[in-house]
Amino acid sequence: MESVYLLIPVSVLLVFGIAVAFWWSVRSGQFDDLEGPGFRVLMDEDQPTPPKNDEEANKPVNS
Amino acid sequence: MSGTKTTYNDKVVRQFAVMTVIWGIVGMLVGVIIAAQLVWPELNIGFLHFGRLRPLHTNAVIFAFGGCALFATSYWCVQRTGHTRLWGGPLIPFTFWGWQLVILLAAISLPLGITQGKEYAELEWPIDILITLVWVSYAIVFFGTIGKRTVSHIYVANWFFGAMIIAVALLHLGNSAALPVSFLKSYSAYAGVQDAMIQWWYGHNAVGFFLTAGFLGMMYYFVPKQAGRPVYSYRLSVVHFWALIFTYMWAGPHHLHYTALPDWTQSVGMIFSLILLAPSWGGMINGIMTLSGAWHKLRDDPILKFLITSLSFYGMSTFEGPMMSIKTVNALSHYTDWTVGHVHSGALGWVAMVSIGSMYYLLPKLFGKTEMYSTKLMTTHFWIATIGTVLYIASTWISGVMQGLMWRAVNADGTLAYSFVESVKGSYPFWAIRWLGGVLFLSGMLIMAYNMFKTMAGGSTKDTPVIVPVGHHA
Repeated sequence: MESVYLLIPVSVLLVFGIAVAFWWSVRSGQFDDLEGPGFRVLMDEDQPTPPKNDEEANKPVNS
Repeated sequence: MSGTKTTYNDKVVRQFAVMTVIWGIVGMLVGVIIAAQLVWPELNIGFLHFGRLRPLHTNAVIFAFGGCALFATSYWCVQRTGHTRLWGGPLIPFTFWGWQLVILLAAISLPLGITQGKEYAELEWPIDILITLVWVSYAIVFFGTIGKRTVSHIYVANWFFGAMIIAVALLHLGNSAALPVSFLKSYSAYAGVQDAMIQWWYGHNAVGFFLTAGFLGMMYYFVPKQAGRPVYSYRLSVVHFWALIFTYMWAGPHHLHYTALPDWTQSVGMIFSLILLAPSWGGMINGIMTLSGAWHKLRDDPILKFLITSLSFYGMSTFEGPMMSIKTVNALSHYTDWTVGHVHSGALGWVAMVSIGSMYYLLPKLFGKTEMYSTKLMTTHFWIATIGTVLYIASTWISGVMQGLMWRAVNADGTLAYSFVESVKGSYPFWAIRWLGGVLFLSGMLIMAYNMFKTMAGGSTKDTPVIVPVGHHA
């Protein structure tokens, strides 16, 4: 079962790596706002030719 | 803003998006051919027989079709949500041309029988090195772009794409370690059951990260965008991400139940597979519920039909998978068509449908149009694809369970009740139905290609300016 000697350390290292990434993301405020980002992704109007953009562009961004 | 606005790099997205459709047709055509070869064995001609073409089919649909879809959508998403142009200079076109070269080399080497013999990792070592170079460039471009984003938050879809890129790099390096003996031949660095374990650590996580995490990234961007509503619960999407990546890596041994692999390892694999049901369904519910309060949009929006149906199939196959990993169920299902049906409920129903939906969203935008050439054809495509998928999985379920039951049936005196060939004979009608399902799914892709070329005709390929993020207005 030598492959386990490779896979378990790799997996454990990976879990540590993931834990560090998780720790960084919490500390750096990635998850401070868990509502806004969902809305913000909808705000970049990426329609190339604006059909109804006249009203859309002037609309104040709230929501 | 000053007069010189930076633009998004949509050229590479455009290239990958178009190739997604082209490779989809090629890969699925090979699938239809090998399905036909099972029904009509006389179609196995020369070196174009089932054994040689089957890896070509899997490589083409997973890495060519799925891979191009991942590149296109991740490049689009990381630029849009990071409000910045793709970073990486010449590495960006290299990821496109390098990846196409990998696919081309696969299409030549696999029918010739040049293979490492590892499922989903058949390509020989020189191609493996090219894959590594392309993939590392992809990582540099993607994370470089994340690094120069102009908003502080990294949207959840990018976490999924990022995890996919890192995990696939690790899996590829781990499993493809081999000792070359000549330019076209190498031997795995591992042997026997070790090799099998490494292979399925790779194989399962390739499904988990390439075909799940990456496409979940797609889902978390394109479902809200197309629905025009934020994801049902952003909080749940973050939990979904961390839960999924903490648990996925350990499920591989369920591919090796009742083999020489130690019993406890098999059980660990089974338990982690069962745990996986929770994050998978969390994600599925999150995606589908994004439409809550706007279900009427499903009625006449074929893109949403594709996306939401893909999530239903994702839910189905992520329920079926953990069930099949239970040892007693696996004793019946393993080595039968049931496994093939399970894979295709994920591959056709989830991966292909979410990609198709995303491509239908992207294509008009990439060519300066407001919508696809024909909405009607998109709807037709949706129904053909759905019927094809249902035919495929229903027929392989039936033939799979039938095979499992026939193989295990014993007479009173302990001898086998059926010979193997009897189960083959019994499977014929179902293989014919499965072939028909494949033909339907492929025809849907042809309709898509027609629709795509019509949409491209006369389109503008001007890059669009980077949108200033909300809150950054002067």
